[in-house]
Amino acid sequence: MTTSEIKFNDEAQKKVQEILAQYPNDKSKSALLPLLHLAQAEFDGWLSPETMDYIASILNIQAIEVYEVATFYSMFNLKPVANYLIEICQTSSCWMCGAEDIVRYLEKKLNVAVGEPTQDGMFQIKTVECLGSCGTAPMFQIGDKYYENLTFEKIDAILEDLRKENKRSRYV
Amino acid sequence: MNEKLLLKYDHIPGINTLAVYRQHNGYTSLEKALKTLKPDEVVEEVKKSGLRGRGGAGFPTGMKWSFLAKPEGVPRYLVCNADESEPGTFKDRYLMERIPHLLVEGMIIASYALGANASYIYVRGEYYYIIKILQKAIKEAYAAGLLGKNILGSGFDLDLYVQPGGGAYICGEETALLESLEGKRGNPRIKPPFPAVAGLWGRPTVVNNVETIAAVVPIIQDGGDAYAKIGVGKSTGTKLISASGHINKPGVYEIELGVPVEEFIYSEQYCGGIRNGKKLKAVVAGGSSVPILPTELILKTAKGEPRLMTYESLSDGGFATGTMLGSGGFIVMDEDTSIVKNLFTFARFYRHESCGQCSPCREGTAWMEKIIKKFIDGKANMADIDLLWDVQSKIEGKTICPLGEAAAWPVAAAIRHFRHEFEAYVRNPQSINEVKHYYRLNNLVEA
Ligand SMILES: Cc1cc2nc3c(=O)[nH]c(=O)nc-3n(C[C@H](O)[C@H](O)[C@H](O)COP(=O)(O)O)c2cc1C
Ligand code: FES
Repeated sequence: MTTSEIKFNDEAQKKVQEILAQYPNDKSKSALLPLLHLAQAEFDGWLSPETMDYIASILNIQAIEVYEVATFYSMFNLKPVANYLIEICQTSSCWMCGAEDIVRYLEKKLNVAVGEPTQDGMFQIKTVECLGSCGTAPMFQIGDKYYENLTFEKIDAILEDLRKENKRSRYV
Repeated sequence: MNEKLLLKYDHIPGINTLAVYRQHNGYTSLEKALKTLKPDEVVEEVKKSGLRGRGGAGFPTGMKWSFLAKPEGVPRYLVCNADESEPGTFKDRYLMERIPHLLVEGMIIASYALGANASYIYVRGEYYYIIKILQKAIKEAYAAGLLGKNILGSGFDLDLYVQPGGGAYICGEETALLESLEGKRGNPRIKPPFPAVAGLWGRPTVVNNVETIAAVVPIIQDGGDAYAKIGVGKSTGTKLISASGHINKPGVYEIELGVPVEEFIYSEQYCGGIRNGKKLKAVVAGGSSVPILPTELILKTAKGEPRLMTYESLSDGGFATGTMLGSGGFIVMDEDTSIVKNLFTFARFYRHESCGQCSPCREGTAWMEKIIKKFIDGKANMADIDLLWDVQSKIEGKTICPLGEAAAWPVAAAIRHFRHEFEAYVRNPQSINEVKHYYRLNNLVEA
């Protein structure tokens, strides 16, 4: 993708305006995180340098101000990712309730190691820290959806549904 | 002893909508505040209530509000901390998901009390679906004249916005949150100046936890004095406890402060006892940052008194024999749990979440993770226990924000109370494999 191709569609443009309206006029840099989330959702699930430059141009800030933020927060993907990024919580309560088994099961089932996309680009496993779902452990998140009280059967069904759905997951 | 103030209606179908929320006293506190109380009188009620911040530090809310600077002509802000990332804590999520209007109503009342005309709810980015729930509630509130200009004819104007985070525990620290809300990396600021003087965009700001703000609604409803009668001593009111781990009934419970810990763990009304008939080994009572306590010290204080779910009782004995109420993230471990392995998950968490600004925290968290890993890998020797103690002791008090302490305390407490377990891993490196250190899922099927 070249820079010229990176441009929000009309619907996303409307969202950009709504986001910018949330802050005083001279404080539009505050829109950076919401815009990065929007951009990641709109442009294939990750933030390329071109995408980040585009956001910088919208906010009229230096590109470095976008890079330093995008690299700080764990939700921003700086490399392409599979359609469904499976974010497995591995912290205390989830670990106690079998999160390691969930990771191992998925690795085996999808025939990939944590971090690698499957060959068809459909799934990718990522281990993350507590997602505020400790009472319903073990769990993982895909896009804005929480999958809780996981069992192997449940995982099988979830993966099957997603394979059928075959759409890129998103938070926004 | 079972009064509910926040989660009274959490199971009513449709309580997330304005219409049903209103059928259950929704927005009557707001009406009362706007029509019968001056802003300072709202602050007064909150002071009288004895409400203490529910985000972890327990600072008196009324006092915090009265510190807000009010220079002429400078906008001031209320920012709600919905970053909720302390491991073991999920109460704010529950509240926002079930009863979003309770938070919205609390935000309007609190903004009125503080004289804020624009307020923000900063929600951790992973909770994006919650952001959508809140935005929907806010939209309903605008349409009903509960937000926007001249709310309920009072002349008070308020715009309320929701801001997503990007996945960073540190942004729960209030000054890091403000940096993040300004579109920057979440590096905590040096205090003073405090947010009350120079907060969002350098302007006077109050930052409060979701539950704190929600509690303002019943306080205004029934009066600060009535709220102060609930609870024990300086632990007034009710508290949401996120209960997780090896218990029969994990979930979010609203308790009256003062419930005995033993009752909380074993009664059917709350956690329902330990799963699979196992014995209790240890509890982390207030989120990952607070010291872990073994059974004998969590159920009773060192003096032999029953330990209560209050700020004071949980911290009785200091860190030698006590802990903290913290965020109310109550993590329960059964007899088979490896304290060292659990500690490793905490250490990994803090290493991952250190913002990297201060070297004692950035380097120290990495070293702690590395040393604890040696025990798990069967490669540690006895001197590593002292080394680990030494590293944690060199973080505390030497950093800009308390993430350093939050990372060090769990390590110190694990060594203090479970040193024998570290030693056992050194003596017999195989023993880590023999401990059933986590639950195998029941239906262990090979893929
Ligand atoms: C590392 C760190 C993380 C924190 N995370 C949160 C959080 O997720 N939610 C929260 O309300 N407070 C959190 N706090 C506490 C806030 O700094 C602040 O004290 C709190 O939001 C004030 O609100 P309260 O007085 O209503 O509790 C955190 C503090 C630290 C040092
Ligand atoms: S520990 Fe996994 S969601 Fe909290």
